[in-house]
Formats: sequence, structure tokens, C-alpha cells
Amino acid sequence: MSAWRVPVALLAVALAYPLVFRTNFAINFGVLVLFFAVIGQAWNIAGGFAGQLSFGHAVFFGTGAYCSTILHVKLGINPWLGLWASAAAGALVGAFIAALSFRFGLKGSYFALITLAFAEAFRILTNAVEFTGGGLGLLIPLKRSAANFQFPERIGFYYTILALAALSIAIALWLKRSRFGARLAAIRENEDAARALGIDTFREKVKIMALSGALCAAGGTFYAQYFLYIDPVVVFGADKSVEMLLVSMIGGTGTVYGPLIGAFLLTLVGEGTRALTNAQGLSLIIYGGLLIVIIAFLPNGLIDLFKLRWGRRRA
Amino acid sequence: MDATILGAAVINGLLLGGSYALVAVGLTLIYGVLHIINFAHGSMLMLAMYGVYFLLVKAQVDPYAAIPLMVVVMYAAGYGMYRALIGRFSHGKDENILLITLGLSIVLENIALFFFTGDSRNITVSYSDRMIELGPSLVPLPKLVSFGASLLLCAALAWFIARTDTGRAIRAVAKERHGARLVGIDVEKILAVSYGIGIACLGAAACLLVPMFYVAPTVGHLFVIVAFTIVVLGGMGSFLGALVGALLIGLTESLSGLFLGEALGQIGISLIFILILLFRPTGLFGGGR
Amino acid sequence: MLEVEGLSKIYGGLRAVDRASLRVAEGAIAGLIGPNGAGKTTLFAAITGFALPDEGRVRFAGVDITGRAPHRICAQGMVRTFQITQPFAQLSVRENIMVGAYLHTPDRDEAAARAEAVARQVGMAALLDRTAAGLTVAGRKRLELARALATRPKLLLLDEVMAGLNPSEIDEIIPVIRGIRDAGVTVFLIEHVMRAVMSLAENVHVLSYGKIIAEGAPRVLAADPVVIEAYLGHGAAQRLAGAAHA
Ligand SMILES: Nc1ncnc2c1ncn2[C@@H]1O[C@H](COP(=O)(O)OP(=O)(O)OP(=O)(O)O)[C@@H](O)[C@H]1O
Ligand SMILES: [Mg+2]
Repeated sequence: MSAWRVPVALLAVALAYPLVFRTNFAINFGVLVLFFAVIGQAWNIAGGFAGQLSFGHAVFFGTGAYCSTILHVKLGINPWLGLWASAAAGALVGAFIAALSFRFGLKGSYFALITLAFAEAFRILTNAVEFTGGGLGLLIPLKRSAANFQFPERIGFYYTILALAALSIAIALWLKRSRFGARLAAIRENEDAARALGIDTFREKVKIMALSGALCAAGGTFYAQYFLYIDPVVVFGADKSVEMLLVSMIGGTGTVYGPLIGAFLLTLVGEGTRALTNAQGLSLIIYGGLLIVIIAFLPNGLIDLFKLRWGRRRA
Repeated sequence: MDATILGAAVINGLLLGGSYALVAVGLTLIYGVLHIINFAHGSMLMLAMYGVYFLLVKAQVDPYAAIPLMVVVMYAAGYGMYRALIGRFSHGKDENILLITLGLSIVLENIALFFFTGDSRNITVSYSDRMIELGPSLVPLPKLVSFGASLLLCAALAWFIARTDTGRAIRAVAKERHGARLVGIDVEKILAVSYGIGIACLGAAACLLVPMFYVAPTVGHLFVIVAFTIVVLGGMGSFLGALVGALLIGLTESLSGLFLGEALGQIGISLIFILILLFRPTGLFGGGR
Repeated sequence: MLEVEGLSKIYGGLRAVDRASLRVAEGAIAGLIGPNGAGKTTLFAAITGFALPDEGRVRFAGVDITGRAPHRICAQGMVRTFQITQPFAQLSVRENIMVGAYLHTPDRDEAAARAEAVARQVGMAALLDRTAAGLTVAGRKRLELARALATRPKLLLLDEVMAGLNPSEIDEIIPVIRGIRDAGVTVFLIEHVMRAVMSLAENVHVLSYGKIIAEGAPRVLAADPVVIEAYLGHGAAQRLAGAAHA
């Protein structure tokens, strides 16, 4: 079927990439693209597909990062198991925040603000409590082995995050074609009409926030294992929330491949400027500028460029 | 608990609230009129603070004497930004305004990082360390000045909005954008003016904050989430609300710091934020949503 | 099918709906008329769970549904349309109708087939791939109808689906509504277009200042002084009389 051509081709390219480009730089680049694609997609399925704009997705990311790391460092639980625990914790936090906010009827910027407030609360809490390592954060002891989610070769990380990215895109594809996805789109477009047509808007919104939280938290665990160090500001900070939102917005919200495109661009700009200069901030200047340019001229994100080309070819 | 310590914490909290109010009044004005959260608020404050810093270091202009200049410059910057970017490129969608201000804040903050590095800078003026005895505690003079100024600023804004023609036009646009257009008000211009005034408040705020705060590219972060909280707590669009909200938040921060310790104390603000969003999203002094 | 007993909805001091009672028989087309601001839309909202009634009861198919959430009421077979159309603006007409069709099937193809069938039924098959935001007023009104119909209702509450349509568009939609009833769906409609009420409804309820002031066959009501009184000043008395002679 033609619907499968794009994802299958993308997957083939992604699978072959590290076999062709074998340098550490190239593989690290691929890992970062896929990593941002995962957390960007996590934001996108809630913010783009269901229209529930969040400024605090770091709360799920951080929950995931801390959950598996604490289990590993303090209780000796294998991080592969921790990954599942993180996803469960992310889903739980997502469902909790959503249930609370939507029960009280929060919408739009009010919902965005409460997610921000929760991320802040979690950051402060982990910063203050000794159990989580406080402001110093947590170091994961080095013990390189695939069984320990610390691959001796970067390529192991690459294929792990590729699996997560493929999963995230599969979720988005499924949302585009399923009843659940249609209901989310209805909620995004007009919540009253959705209710009139028999949609339990509260339940659907809680479900998508749980799914988004789970995916985001899995991304958090990957981050912790890849960098082997986390602290409250890095994983719960507003910058992380903004990063996810940007990846999705710049690529194209509510689209399947938007976050992937946004992630590629974010990484390209980030790594590119780092190669050129030591000065801090340049990549984000470009990225913030891009956000403005895109909203001004491509309100649906970069994906519009692709659509234009395809549209022309078909015509 | 010792009454003196408690008293000192209360005074400290109120003074802190005064500083917060300086930042929050402009934000609440912008929210009240444009109905958007101005994400660029913190970074505009940061830029203004650098402005004040360099005026002092390079041109020996005293921060307090720089107030008129900074207010004018920041007004022009806000008005220009609205005209050139926010109003033009938002395509009339609120989310877009929000994202453009977010984009601006990222750009401005990182431009500061790029040119000024991440180092924080302090200044000293003759009155930086002057202490005034206030009941049980000794208070630095700049804190008292900024507290008084925040009261003045709120009163001045409230007067301006209630009594002047421009103020009336702003109120009309805030309430009924469409109706305002029908009676011949240049709505786009009024929106730009409102944004400009909101940013101009930051010019004054920066002059009052620099004598007691460090300046760094991320200094806006310290204020901005707190300012969001204050604006929601006070009722988006209400000046009195912003002032009262700021004082309450200052007190909360100071007292929860006293009882819960420095690190955990900050959580008081987030909790209040969450509770107010859930139970009274219109805030203490807000009208309908 | 539908029984409303002493239903009230109070906004501030205003009794927008004031102890209204009415019945709609199964298989009927019933009408609800009344001057602007009489409380018709509010009554629909209170029946369908969009506004919590302050007093009174609503029974649907023998079950007390007072205060139930709208989505549950819809699932039970009663669905409303909106006077001010509420399209899923960025979705296509097909996707809009599919949202309704998904109520009874999780299957995409089945929902799509149902959407096409409904679109044909209301005469918008040619517009299926159009974006809802680009529809004309008449198109939007039809879309409201189509989406509601796609949920396979037992009772359809239509809030002014003909307002803003020109006479030929009204002539097109009248047989569509009759066809819906003939397919076994009970219809309860709010309408200002008297010609339509006259030709469609067997039984009409008149609402004024929140109160049901009269009920009966439309031709009888048109001559009822109480009804004419309620409409006076709105120029509807003549419209009623004119339509009755037409
Ligand atoms: N949410 C609300 N809050 C306050 N008052 C309301 C609300 N909804 C409706 N009303 C008031 O209730 C009264 C009835 O309104 P409603 O829309 O039900 O009238 P209607 O009969 O449908 O009128 P129309 O023929 O113009 O559609 C009006 O006076 C209206 O202003
Ligand atoms: Mg009505």
C-alpha cells in the first residue's frame, strides 16, 4: 500500500545510516535526531493531535529520567526494566495532571500554565530532597554492557532510540487512522461539538496525556542512560519543555513527521554551530529565530515545504 | 518561633513582593488587553537590566536617574516589537502570539548569552549597602525604594487606564475588540501601545532592581514564573490584583523559606499557582474568564 | 419518546426556561417555536445535558436522564445540533461526519461508509473532501445535520437548521428532514421559518419567556390569540397567518 511507502523507506534509511556513516560524530548526530523526535512526538500527540498545549512536558521527561535512575542507582534494578517502570510512571503522572486539570475544566493557556507549574514543583522537589540527590543530581555508575543499557558502542544506543522513534511514529500513524485519533482531532477542533456527538472528552484527554507522558518518560530514561548523569534543572527545567514544543512546532504540529523534521533541524543547527564556534547560545538564537520565521511564513511548520513539493509533483 | 525572626521574614517577604510587583504589573496589563501570556517578559527585563548596567558602567548614569530614559526606550522597543513582529506575524491567532513571544525570548536570551557570556555581573552604587532600620530588621535602602516605587507604578498605571483617553481606548479594546473597531478605535495601534506600556514598566523595574540584583542572561527566569503566578493569582488584567498578588507571593516565599528551608521553600509558589488555577482561575480580583 | 417535566434553567435572576413540560411522541416530527430569546436553545441544552437543569426532570425512552453528561445522552440515542454551527473546522466534511459515525463502530472503513451514506442522504456527497471551514452557511447547517445523523440517533434535536438559508435551500432541506423521520428517527426541531414548521411538524410547542404557552397542530396554533400575542412586535403573527393560508 502507498500509505506504507514513506514510513518503510524512512525506516530503511534509518537502519542503514549507522552502517554507512560510522564515525562517532555521525552516530551521535543520529541518536540526537531520533531522541528529539521521540520527545517531540510525545509532545505532539497531546499538543498537536489533541490540541492540549503544554508548557510543562519536562515533568514527564524528568519523571522518566529519575524513575529508572533511582531504581537503578538505589535499588539495583536493571535499567531495561526501569524503562518500563518509567513509562508507567510517566503515564501515571500524565493521567493525574490531566484528570485534575480537566476535572476543574482548565483549557488553553490555563492548562499550559498548570503543566508548567507541575514541572516547576517537581523540579523544586527533586532539588530539595536528599533521596533524589538534590541539586547535585544523580550519576549512573559506569558499567558498559548492553544488558545494563550502557552500550559499549554508540550504535547500540542508536538502534535503541530508533526503536523508540519508530514506536512514536507508529503511534502517530495509528492516531491518524483510528477512532481514538479522530476523537482527539474532534476535541482539538471543537470540544462542545465533540461532546454532542457522544465523545467522552474527559476520558479521551486523560488517555492521550497518559500516552504522551509514557512516551516522554521513556525518552527521559534513554537520556539518563546515554549521558549517565541527570539533575533537576536539566530534566525538569523549562528549557526541556520548550525544546519539545519547538521540535514539534517547527516541524509541524499535528502531523506524523513534523517532529522528525523539527528534530533534524534542531540537531543540525545545534551541532553545526558547535562545530563552528565555542560561543554559547548561537544555535538557540537561530532556532528561536526560525520559530518566528516559521510562524510568520509557514504557519503549519516546515512540513508544508514537503507538502508543496509533493502537491506539485502530483498535479 | 521567635517573633523577631518572624517579623523580619514578613518584612522581607513584603519587600520581595514589591520587586515582583514591578515585573508583574506590565505582564498583567499585556494579558488584560491582548489576552496572551507574554513569554518575552523575562528576557525584556533582562535586556533592560543590561541597559541599566551599561549606562552605569560606561556612562556613569545612576540607575535611578536612568528611569525616564529606560522607560522611553523600553516603550519604543515594545511598541516596535509589536508592530514589526507580534501583530504582523500572528495571523490573528493567540497561539501564534504566544509562540512568537516565546521565540523572541529564546533569541533575546541567547543573544545576551552570546555577547555578554553567562557571567553574572554586580554593580555597586553609593547606596547599595545603606541599611534602614525597620522594626525588627535592617533593610537595604534599594529594597525600600523599589517597594515604594512599585506602589507608585501600580497607582500610576491604574490612573492612566482609568482617566486618560488612551487609557479608555485600551479598556475598550481589552473588553470588546470588535466593538472598539466599530466605534473607530485603531485597534492594532492600541494593542501595540498596550504592549509598549507593559514593556515600559520593565524599564522602570530594571532601574530599581539593578542596585540590588545581579545581571545575567537568565535573570528573567527568576521573575517570570513568579510573575505568571502573580498575574493569575491577582486576576489577569488587574493592577490592584498584581500588587496584592505580588505581596502575597513575596510573603509566601519568605515564610515557606523560613519554615521549609531554602530549597523546599520555593515549592510554596508552585503549589499556590496550581491551587489558584484549579479553584479560582479568574484570580482574586479578576472578572469572568 | 421524550418527556420533559417542569424543567427550569436559571441564569442569574433570569428564568431562561421556566417550568417547561412537554412530550414528543415516537416517530413524530415535533416543533418548538417562540420569539427570539424565549429560551428554546436553552431548553435543548437542558434536555441534552449541556446545561444542568435547576429543577424538573427529563425522561428519554422511559429512562430518567436528568443531568447526565451530553456524551452519555448521545450514546443513548438523543443528539442535538447547534444553532451557531460548530464544525470541526480544519477537518474535511468526511472526517467531520465520521466522528459521529465512530460512536457505534471502531472500524475506520465502516465509519467512512456510514459517512458517505449520510452525506448522500443530506445532499452533500459532492462536498465530502472539502474542508469544513470552507463551507457556506447552508453547507455548515447540513454538516451539523449529517454529523448528528451519523450517530444513528433515535431522537434528533435540530436547532434552527434552516436559519440563514435562502428559499430554494429551504425547499431542498424540508424533504431531507421528512426522509429522516420516515427512516424511523423522531425529530424535534426549533424553527423560525414558519413555512417549514407548517409543512413538517404535526405537533408544535410554543415557548415564550421560558414558559410553554401553547401546544397543538401548527394550523390551529397559527390562529391562537395567545400565540399571536407572544409574537406581536416581532412581525411573526403575519408570517404565521400568511403561511397558514399558503
Ligand atoms: N449561558 C448563558 N448565560 C446567561 N444567560 C443566558 C445564557 N444562555 C442563554 N441565556 C439567556 O437566556 C435567554 C434564552 O436564550 P436562548 O438562546 O435559549 O433563546 P432562543 O429562544 O434560543 O432564542 P433565538 O431564537 O434567538 O435563538 C436569553 O435571554 C439569553 O440571553
Ligand atoms: Mg436559539
